Amino acid sequence: MEVRQEKKGLVEFKDDKVFTWPTLVAKEFLAAIFVTVGLLFYSYFVDAPLRELSNPGQAENPAKAPWYFLGLQEVLVYFDPWYAGVALPSIIILGLILIPYLDNNPKGNGYYTFSERKFAVTTFVFGYILWYILIYIGTALRGPFWAFFWPWEQWTHDFPTPPPLHDLPLPLGIVLLGGFYFAGLALPALVKREFFQKLGVIRYSITMGLLLTMVGTVIKMVFRLAFNVKYIIATPWINI
Amino acid sequence: MKLIPDLIKKITDNEIWRSVFRHGYTDTPRNRALQIISNVWLHLHPAKVREHGTKIRFTWCMGGITFFIFLFETITGILLMFYYVPDVNRAYADIVDLMYVVPFGRFLRNSHRWGAHAMVITVSIHMFRVFLTGSYKPPRQFNWVVGVVLLVLTFLLSFTGYLLPWDQLGYWAITVGTNMARATPFLGHEGPFSYILGMRPDNDIRFALLGGTLIEAPALLRAYVWHCIGIPLVASALMMVHFWRVRKDGGISGPL
Repeated sequence: MEVRQEKKGLVEFKDDKVFTWPTLVAKEFLAAIFVTVGLLFYSYFVDAPLRELSNPGQAENPAKAPWYFLGLQEVLVYFDPWYAGVALPSIIILGLILIPYLDNNPKGNGYYTFSERKFAVTTFVFGYILWYILIYIGTALRGPFWAFFWPWEQWTHDFPTPPPLHDLPLPLGIVLLGGFYFAGLALPALVKREFFQKLGVIRYSITMGLLLTMVGTVIKMVFRLAFNVKYIIATPWINI
Repeated sequence: MKLIPDLIKKITDNEIWRSVFRHGYTDTPRNRALQIISNVWLHLHPAKVREHGTKIRFTWCMGGITFFIFLFETITGILLMFYYVPDVNRAYADIVDLMYVVPFGRFLRNSHRWGAHAMVITVSIHMFRVFLTGSYKPPRQFNWVVGVVLLVLTFLLSFTGYLLPWDQLGYWAITVGTNMARATPFLGHEGPFSYILGMRPDNDIRFALLGGTLIEAPALLRAYVWHCIGIPLVASALMMVHFWRVRKDGGISGPL
């Protein structure tokens, strides 16, 4: 390795590239130091939680999953476990994986822009914020028996009995759910023809299917909160 | 201001320094490139990068920080493994020992725990940034997929670690989490249509996860092995792919 050589002026390149050493490496090094110092500083002052020895006979109340899953646990209030705990997270993961293959908008590749990809950014940011709002509710606002408490309220076991819930009649439920997906798929395709044509039938159907599932999940929550609806569709085999 | 050059000369221009460092570093383009490409660790990077890719305001540095926290967790995790045995009769006592007896044990455990939380946060911010810059667009579609899998693995790493202290917090959190598995359609004994496959509590998917119908010794051992060996191995392999693909897909994303 020849290292002692004549000092040369920096070669001018036409592109916008800079040497990784030291421009980028220095920043990474600094970031690593800040993260380490931050973590150690925090760890010095704040202890990791440790409760008493596990006891299968005495359930924690409320028993909460780790905070990053509390959004899903919060959804459990409104849906059966097969949906909130299995189907919904699977759909979320699948949807995330599919994003690059669904979004065929060539604009906004490699820079920040909202105006060139309004639909994509709005949808993603909505889902992202929803995920963290649900986590916040599940973490901070749910007390014993998963009862809801505002931040200024004391957690007690003495809270009013929630109103009784009722299921929608099966035919109505099927019409509502089917109509929701049908209208949600058909209307934008008719109203926003350009959007539909750019995506094509397959991309459009999957994109809208995922979007409608996300929005529908929120709508079901509203149904529960506003009208005390337990299930949109109640059958002996599966409930939604 | 000759203070710093003088100081540098004092430190470096003597026999001891020269016995350790055989030659100096001349700041030439060639040497800047060599610093990267002749270094086994740094040559993860290309010798040159597009300037906007070095800006914190573009990358937020979150991917790099996530990787760094993974390394941090590996080191603190290995140290914790010296003091912790995944045996239901010992696990909790080992953690209490770490908190009260082992020198720096509390500090070690705290930093591993908070690092884990930090990693979940930074990886999700990284994903947010990658989305907002449209960096998943061609030709980087597949690297986004790898990233989503790494996100899930980060959750699972943290989740499996949650049980290890064997305290009420971890025990019931894992109870809540794994109870979801029994509601899996077809594969969980309480899930829709599970009767088709004849699912019972002792043969469904939750049983396979826990190694039993309850969270007992096999579940603790499984959590431990997945946490310390299984998932880190898979995650490391995928990280290699992830970083390699950043290079192969044309380096850091940017305006075309």
